[in-house]
Amino acid sequence: MHIDSIKNGVVIDHIKAGKSMEIYNHLELDKLDCTVAIIKNVSSKKMGRKDIIKVDSEMEVDLDVLGYIDPDITVNIIKNEVLCEKKKLTLPNQIKDVVKCKNPRCITTTEQDLPHIFKLTNAETKTYRCIYCESKAK
Amino acid sequence: MRSLIDILSLTTEEIDELIAVAEDIIANPVKYRDKCRYKKLATLFFEPSTRTRLSFEAAMYELGGQVLGFSEANSSSAAKGESVADTARTVSCYADIIAMRHPKEGAPLVASMAASVPIINAGDGGHNHPTQTLTDLLTIKREKGRLNNLTIGFCGDLKFGRTVHSLIEAMSRYTGIKVVLISPYELQLPGYLKKETLDAKGIEYKETTDLSAVMPELDILYMTRVQRERFFNEEDYLRLKDSYILTPEKLVDAKEDLAILHPLPRVNEIHTSVDADPRACYFRQVLNGKFIRMALILKLLEVE
Ligand SMILES: [Zn+2]
Repeated sequence: MHIDSIKNGVVIDHIKAGKSMEIYNHLELDKLDCTVAIIKNVSSKKMGRKDIIKVDSEMEVDLDVLGYIDPDITVNIIKNEVLCEKKKLTLPNQIKDVVKCKNPRCITTTEQDLPHIFKLTNAETKTYRCIYCESKAK
Repeated sequence: MRSLIDILSLTTEEIDELIAVAEDIIANPVKYRDKCRYKKLATLFFEPSTRTRLSFEAAMYELGGQVLGFSEANSSSAAKGESVADTARTVSCYADIIAMRHPKEGAPLVASMAASVPIINAGDGGHNHPTQTLTDLLTIKREKGRLNNLTIGFCGDLKFGRTVHSLIEAMSRYTGIKVVLISPYELQLPGYLKKETLDAKGIEYKETTDLSAVMPELDILYMTRVQRERFFNEEDYLRLKDSYILTPEKLVDAKEDLAILHPLPRVNEIHTSVDADPRACYFRQVLNGKFIRMALILKLLEVE
């Protein structure tokens, strides 16, 4: 299988096998006009199998979203066909409108315009809680 | 400008300060009777809770202030579909401080993000009710003279009882606290509170279904209501309801200086014949609720 190398763009690497569509959706890559390649089940020494997403255009990647989904993902910025930056991901302290609160008693269920904000309450267990009702993010 | 949404947003030092002010109010009420002159408290009660609302209103009147507001959602703008944030912005124009009760969890936080005056959470669904916890803490302090080195028994519905959850979280920040959890299996304290609060803070605790057996150990007995609607079947309810009713007979082996608390209203979980026992604190607790709310209003309004 041949995938064109990128001139200017972003390579999202070390995605857990099967997770690429979730990331595609969260980053709203469907809204881009450029070429986007989703490569699934690539063999990897480190991970066995992994997914890769290549975006053939410069774009701002929401690192908080990626950090929340999986902080082990790597983000490579390509300029003139050269890797110019490797972005390190960390667990974000707060995520906004990435996941929705599922607690039926939460104020967000009756007030549709409120942003769904979750705060990191325990980094070890990667626990995020709704700022309004403190329910865990699922 | 600060609000009170969650009891844990107050440090133990701030709680000590509030208790000290409340005790000073109790000792010198005259000194405080004009402290909030020309100030207004808005009580926005999107669901009815007469006793909490009256406590806030009495507190503001005793500070010389004025009160405005509503006591149920269908008489308010919420019935016309106004958002909590817009209501909070609007009422900020009329009042210096707002006490809000709302059936949805997090509504007072939303209000505090929009309002330009302090918001006090007067209960948001089954979530937080920080002024009840402050009331409980003031009562423990006044009855026992301290907030540390105490064995506290929680009895009844420990699964859904938010007053129990908040008081456990608040007390777990003091030293020498032991917790005894007394409930039917069906209504035991949720696992996350045991793990994230009791275990995390190294609090010694035990669980039992037998109130009489642990009675001699207790310095404080915090009673709650076992509600019929919490049970899946009537049979279980009828079988269990009487084991968690406090009677003079169950108090035979209790300490002389036990303090019996209850957030009220009670139905039948404390027999009325216990009321005359000097160890029954629950009506003094109601009075303490007014005093601690006075202290809180002063703190949030930054009145010296
Ligand atoms: Zn929520």
